Amino acid sequence: MVITQERQTVTAKDFKTEQKSTWCPGCGDFGILSAVQMALVNAGVAPWQVLLVSGIGCGSKLPDYISANGYMTLHGRAVSIAAGAHLANTDLVTFAITGDGDGLGIGIGHAIHNMRRNVDIVHIIENNEVYGLTKGQYSPTSKRGFKTSTSPEGSIEFSVNPLALALTAGATFIGRSYSGDPKHAAGIIQQAMEHKGYALVEMLQTCPTYNKTQNNDWYKEQTYKIEEENPSYDNTNRLMAYELSQKDDGRYPMGVLFIDHSRPTYAEQVPALQQNKAALIDHSLDLDSQLFEKIKASYN
Amino acid sequence: MSQKNQISIKVAGAAGQGVESGGQGLAKALRRGGLHIFGVSDYMSLIKGGHNFFQITVSDEPVYCNTEKIHILVSFDPQQVQDTVPHIRELHEGGIFILDEGAKVDPAMQAAIEEVGAICCPMPLVKLATEIGGSRIMMNTVALGAVAGIMQLPFEALDSVVRENFAKKSTELADKNSQVAKSGYDFALQNLVSKFKYSVKYDPAMGDKMLINGNEAIAFGSWAAGCRFISFYPMTPGTSVGEWFTKRNSKIGVVTKHTEDEIASICMAIGAAQVGVRSMTTTSGGGFCLMVEALGLAGMTEVGVVVVNAMRGGPSTGLPTRTEQADLLFAIHSSHGEFPKIVLTPGTIEQCYEAGIRAHNLAEKYQTPVIILTDQLLAAEVYDISPDKFEIPHIDRGKLLSKEQLDKLESNYLRYEFSADGISPRALQGHPKTVHAPATDEHDETGHITEDAANRIKMMDKRMQKLETARRDIKPPEFIGPENADLTMIVWGSTYGVAYETIELFNRNPSNKQKINALHFSELWPLPKDKIQQALSKVKFAVSVEQNYTSQLATLLRAELGYEMKKFINRYDGRPLTAEELCTQVQEIFAQSLITA
Repeated sequence: MVITQERQTVTAKDFKTEQKSTWCPGCGDFGILSAVQMALVNAGVAPWQVLLVSGIGCGSKLPDYISANGYMTLHGRAVSIAAGAHLANTDLVTFAITGDGDGLGIGIGHAIHNMRRNVDIVHIIENNEVYGLTKGQYSPTSKRGFKTSTSPEGSIEFSVNPLALALTAGATFIGRSYSGDPKHAAGIIQQAMEHKGYALVEMLQTCPTYNKTQNNDWYKEQTYKIEEENPSYDNTNRLMAYELSQKDDGRYPMGVLFIDHSRPTYAEQVPALQQNKAALIDHSLDLDSQLFEKIKASYN
Repeated sequence: MSQKNQISIKVAGAAGQGVESGGQGLAKALRRGGLHIFGVSDYMSLIKGGHNFFQITVSDEPVYCNTEKIHILVSFDPQQVQDTVPHIRELHEGGIFILDEGAKVDPAMQAAIEEVGAICCPMPLVKLATEIGGSRIMMNTVALGAVAGIMQLPFEALDSVVRENFAKKSTELADKNSQVAKSGYDFALQNLVSKFKYSVKYDPAMGDKMLINGNEAIAFGSWAAGCRFISFYPMTPGTSVGEWFTKRNSKIGVVTKHTEDEIASICMAIGAAQVGVRSMTTTSGGGFCLMVEALGLAGMTEVGVVVVNAMRGGPSTGLPTRTEQADLLFAIHSSHGEFPKIVLTPGTIEQCYEAGIRAHNLAEKYQTPVIILTDQLLAAEVYDISPDKFEIPHIDRGKLLSKEQLDKLESNYLRYEFSADGISPRALQGHPKTVHAPATDEHDETGHITEDAANRIKMMDKRMQKLETARRDIKPPEFIGPENADLTMIVWGSTYGVAYETIELFNRNPSNKQKINALHFSELWPLPKDKIQQALSKVKFAVSVEQNYTSQLATLLRAELGYEMKKFINRYDGRPLTAEELCTQVQEIFAQSLITA
């Protein structure tokens, strides 16, 4: 995001809420929630300066459990709603928070289109590779062979590769982290916030109820930091990013996979937002009476 | 009172031949000459070829719909003139049929011409266009010149329009078109005008008038009322509302977004409206179907968003370029669950402008979605309107708290605070004192998710109370024609025009002993029941007239008020009702009821 507002001194306390969580004990969403909160604190973005738009699913209840502006919307539509809100008020640091079914199943089209538009939002996909809130069905990111109530003999689909997809679609920031490492996750989210353009953050997460094998121990084994494994990795190199996204060894590289500073954001190209650089919400509603008469005269 | 003196002109040709632009230009020229105009195009769902036409009816009195019979027929297409046979049959006795001299008049056409007693006037359209070095397509301009000549329109009126239209392309093109328009005009003065026995009186002092269609008027009104965001996906006939904004977006300060689909369109508009910008989307029935889940989100989270549904023949792809009024009950009941929504059904161009304004004011005032239902006919029709009919609107933002009010806020802000009228004070996100996160789930006054039963009841009651509050704000139906009549047509939306002309046609005919009028609904939901009942109490014999199969307004009035229509007239072939056919049907009803009485 282009963070236009003055940074504030905020602490974790500012984001505390009394609202009781309905997440299962041990849910990865707790880690993601604290990572989001930490990122906001570290970036100096106050609860009133942010807008957390979410879809529907376990993780999309996140805005209910943090004291910050939010909007809990529809399954699959958070990205579109966030994009509209962002264009209407570019001063709000706008997030779209979706799950894997939400963001990569029903809502995949909106994600792709807003990536290629380079709409300046942070999109967090909480990826636990299963549908939780509907009680355990396979998701677009479930591994082939994954057994659920809708794939009792094992899923026969190949899963979506979110990083490769985002790279192809034109996202200008692609990061990945993991709910079991909130500090790392907060770092990636903060970088996504500071990035100008569509920032996708895939947040791997555990689901202790419906995806028991992929628990914290499993993720610790299967994840690695990109820069630790390859110190010469250049995340501004698209081809290198492609190669990494296609690496099929069952392990998850974490960190900033790709970053592109060359493309303008969508808002930067919208005439109405360039002629008057204030956020649209602050544009006057008063009618330009000369223009009004001119338009009428054009119909004479 | 004698019948209206009017002349109807039909310009026909294939798609891509300039039928629409030529027709529009001619309408403008005749208007500038000092005539009242009604015009609408009729086109097929294709880009090139097919058979399209533009019909104009002119008079020395205001006109609100086209006539079935025509006085002048022009064919732009020397190859496809055979397609004009049905239109030749529409010609009055002594009507003129203009076509290029190179076009072949086949026996079927000849028979039709003789049958109606029309005058076939082949003229050198292509020759006059090309002999000065113009292109073949300029035959259109020659033909328009000829029509202007036959109509004895002062040439300057046509010339000014031709020059304006082509000046955008080049001065040379403007000069050439002006030249060929003059040759067509002169040809008609020398050869055709003496053959034409019809005439209307020009009023050169008529002054400035606008020719603007319904969709443009909705867009114009919306912009004037402060709409600053429109997201839409192209779908005929809703697209032109969006294009009004996109054409001007660098000048009028509106963010316009052509999205990937209709779901994204309404969701973006809801996102923009949620943070406080007046926002809208536009579509037709199929696109509206895709939007309705999100409409429920707007209802549940109390976001005022404006949706234009320009109806066309359905279901599914149906008749994509034709008119129908079959989405009324769908619009009122759209989306699952129960929540308040407001449905406006403008019937005139003035009402379209007004609806654009009203929709945005009502959406913010009641914090709920507002649907403007229009249709292909109203979207495309033009008639002359005095510019002072479009006034600078009053903007009513309802219970929106100002920055100053928020600065002084002492207690915690409650986005969904319970109130007697159901409307909560609204604060925008982005102020330190108003942090909130509305949930699409049932929520408490703060916006937090809750499944508590008692809260559910209170919150449902609060939202539905807005419907009752809004009911008082909805305009009652208005009578067209005399207050007291023996028969009343019950109409809504675009049939205003045809109802008006039917009343004129029927009541001015001295052989009709009875009088008729119409009751027109320009705002429909929530029904202002008391005011409607008051109006209906003056109705002696109610005839439902709708452009659909199931008489949807009649169904609604029966369900909501127990009101029964006496007769039903329906048209659902995608073509607009005509005053002639309605008049005949009304006469039949009178004849029948005399028998049964």
